[in-house]
Amino acid sequence: MSEFLLEVGTEEIPDWMIPGALADFERRFRDALAKCGLGAGVSTTTEATARRLALFAAGLPAGQADRQEILTGPPRRAAFDAGGNPTKAGEGFARKAGVAVADLQVDEKGKLFVARTVKGRSTADILAQVLPQVILSISFPRNMYWLGKNGPRFIRPIRRLTCLLDGEVVPFAVAGVAAGNTTFGHRRLGSERIAVSGAADYRLKLAANRVILSAAERRNKILSEAEKLLPPGRKIRGNPKLLATLTYLTECPTAILGGFDASYLTLPDEVLETVMLVHQKYFAVEDRSGKLANAFVAVANLDGDPGGEIRRGNERVLRARFNDARFFWDFDRKQRLCDRVQSLKAVTFQADLGSYFDKTERNRAAVRELAEALRFDAAQLRAADRAAELAKCDLTTEMVGEFPELQGQIGGLYAADQGEAQDVADAVYDHYLPVGSGGGLPRSEVGKVVSLADKLTTLGGMFALGMIPTGSRDPLALRRAAYGVIRIVVEGGTALSLDRLVGIAAAGGNAGKLREFFVERLRYWLREVGGFAYDEVAAVLAASDAAPLDAAARAKAVAAVRPTPDFEPLAVSFKRIRNILEQAGGERKYAGRALDRELLEAGAEADLHAAFGDVLGKIQQLGETARYEEALREIAALRPAVDRFFDDVLVMAEDRAVRENRLTFLARLLTGLSSIADFSEIVSA
Amino acid sequence: MLHRAAPALTFQDVIFRLKSYWAEKGCIVQEPLDCEVGAGTMCPETFLRVLGPDPYNVVYVQPSRRPADGRYGENPNRLYKHMQLQVILKPAPEDVIELYMKSLEAIGIDLTRHDWKLEEDNWESPTLGAWGVGWQVMLDGLEITQFTYFQQCGGIDLEVVPAELTYGLERLTAFIQNVESVYDIRWNDRVRYRDVRFADERQYSVYNFEEADVDSIWKEFDLHEAECRRLLDAYNGLEDRAARERFPLLAAHDRTLKCSHLFNLLQARGAISVTERAVVIQRVRNLAVGVAKSWVDQQRGTAGAAS
Repeated sequence: MSEFLLEVGTEEIPDWMIPGALADFERRFRDALAKCGLGAGVSTTTEATARRLALFAAGLPAGQADRQEILTGPPRRAAFDAGGNPTKAGEGFARKAGVAVADLQVDEKGKLFVARTVKGRSTADILAQVLPQVILSISFPRNMYWLGKNGPRFIRPIRRLTCLLDGEVVPFAVAGVAAGNTTFGHRRLGSERIAVSGAADYRLKLAANRVILSAAERRNKILSEAEKLLPPGRKIRGNPKLLATLTYLTECPTAILGGFDASYLTLPDEVLETVMLVHQKYFAVEDRSGKLANAFVAVANLDGDPGGEIRRGNERVLRARFNDARFFWDFDRKQRLCDRVQSLKAVTFQADLGSYFDKTERNRAAVRELAEALRFDAAQLRAADRAAELAKCDLTTEMVGEFPELQGQIGGLYAADQGEAQDVADAVYDHYLPVGSGGGLPRSEVGKVVSLADKLTTLGGMFALGMIPTGSRDPLALRRAAYGVIRIVVEGGTALSLDRLVGIAAAGGNAGKLREFFVERLRYWLREVGGFAYDEVAAVLAASDAAPLDAAARAKAVAAVRPTPDFEPLAVSFKRIRNILEQAGGERKYAGRALDRELLEAGAEADLHAAFGDVLGKIQQLGETARYEEALREIAALRPAVDRFFDDVLVMAEDRAVRENRLTFLARLLTGLSSIADFSEIVSA
Repeated sequence: MLHRAAPALTFQDVIFRLKSYWAEKGCIVQEPLDCEVGAGTMCPETFLRVLGPDPYNVVYVQPSRRPADGRYGENPNRLYKHMQLQVILKPAPEDVIELYMKSLEAIGIDLTRHDWKLEEDNWESPTLGAWGVGWQVMLDGLEITQFTYFQQCGGIDLEVVPAELTYGLERLTAFIQNVESVYDIRWNDRVRYRDVRFADERQYSVYNFEEADVDSIWKEFDLHEAECRRLLDAYNGLEDRAARERFPLLAAHDRTLKCSHLFNLLQARGAISVTERAVVIQRVRNLAVGVAKSWVDQQRGTAGAAS
């Protein structure tokens, strides 16, 4: 069993791409092994820093197993003459097979054959052959070329390849770099050329050359040093994304504590945090009560800062940035947000949809419609309208010019600072929410309406222009906007129908497509966030996709009732009914027909009819108050009656009138009981 | 441990040392382009030389004008005109990063005592039809250099990939001299940056934001654009190789740069709406792409004639 090490040494790879690339590297390596019959029993691990992707494998076989090969030749008759002497054909076959004529054998069909053993190739050979492709096919979001335009493509130039199989170099080359037995250390604290003899030696030598190979170790070093640096009662404000960034941006991370003048703490936290986290990649520090402290933790890619140069340098940069922010904060506040509305005419929203002033007017109209649909009182409507009027004004401020990621929030902060009512300021602050799938929703009903209006008018405007996202092209992030709408409606408990939403969005001729677009997002939400099974979602949406919030409530009920013993068998019966109806000309054919009670057969059929009428009344009543779970239990309780019906009654009766009446009954049953979920979509286990 | 810093280099010392360093590494030392540009990348020494197969190594300081960045000389870190030290290494040598690090050491920065990081930063210039991948170089949290492997220029995939290093000289020197404001940088032993540059920062801010006459700048823009177009059309109309070889495409490039600068000026003046902006960028880009295409054609012809 062999031990294997491969390090792809590169120039600095963007930190955020590394975890994904490592996983892909490992997968492609394993796939390549499996394809060559070397995969069994091999264990692999990976590690990386910005300058190296390393893969370790253990348990590799020495080579492929030998395999038997049968080579078939001409018939015996053609290979030997009457005297038993080989003909030209016989000699030729023996030569081709590489054996003496005497060794040729005859199979049951009278043909000559040779059985021979093909030696498996050695693992080293195979690796040398497949590794270049494995390496170059690691997928990154954006590759470059560096050896001219027909050269290899990778995320950054490949500068070193270290590849050892049981201590021996596996000979191959990529991008003009030959694999060898050397690696490099930290750019300034380590050696540029380090010979290694195997995986364990590699780890040791890297450590001696100030490269901490393990990401977990680097992460822990950052966290534990930060903790040690801070006085009791203070801690870094946790940020997993920043921690991951710093972990992959460094080979030898060292936490460094810096400070800044407490007077900057009068700036909004949002601004302070953005400067520290996003622009400077520092951890913010908070005190016991969770308030920002005038300190930060930077992470250097060195082993210390004995002279304090690094701390002072970082403090100076932060000071300059905070000074800028303070300038913007003071400057912007000289003009009230509400006096900026007119200047939005000079800010284009989208070429064909006009300026942000126009957009604001559309948003306000949408707010009015939403407020009406949700029965807002006068005060709520006033607040929502005011928030919609002010929401985009921060686009003209210096602060948003400098911190575009804070748009909305900055507007909210200025609004509050300038004496707007708190609910207005909050709604402005929140109006881009939710961002992404995990982020929070606007805090208030007013905020939800302002956010909905903004998203709906964007979607409607773009759909009306026919600018519907396809494939990966979605420059205005319409998918995110539509998903935001669904999240606000479903998670925020907003009882708005899709038709109403689409109507407010005003998508013109593409209203239908916009509706479909919303349904897709709803389906995604039900699956991924709601956690409902594929068939449950299908069943619920097949019953109705009119109101997202209601669909979610029905899905919840279906999932709750599903484990009960009657549910899935009932679903099977429903599917049977659907099939019967389909074979008899389709459900729709019977939908409008009158049922003749006289024709119902006494016993199972009449009983089911009675039970059905009973349940139908109950579920209609329960449905009105969205008590879907109870309604479904009522339906599930029909199972014995349904079973008996199928046991005792022949649907396709001889008598045409009876048959048609029976099909009409079944159609009613199906329709009547499918208002919560279409059971025939349920796939039973 | 005794660690006593030598007196920090002056602004001009930083320039001298970086130029000598790169000259020793085989770069020719060029002087700045005598035409307003927003970045050293736009100079023919970069924009045109990166095209085609010929190797080229050059270092030059390029004063770079960005009208919208002016702050009347009142902001300690923002300038209307700053100095870039631009290095082009074509093709990019294998040890380019190490070479770059040594250039910092050549100006007295001890990289075992200062935190040095390469953070992903891809560069793109829509007006030049150019993009590349690379990093911003961070020194103790301060961005001091843009490092780019060009991939495309003037809409053309590059045959040979160059490395472009763009040092922000004011920031770098402020760092070395440990001063809070660029205006406090010691230019030499007696003169400060403020003494040399304050007047033009203030006056050009007044001009760019208040005085520049929008109508005449638009006219200038149109004139330069028309002249550039005329030249490009004339070049493309030439059948004769010899006539193509001597054709003044460099003058067409000057006109493109003029348009680019005038566009920046109009923007600072608030004379371009966001909608118009995209249109004007496209107009400049068309010129830049036209010049680049013709230049590649002209160079290929010249190389062919020489061989």
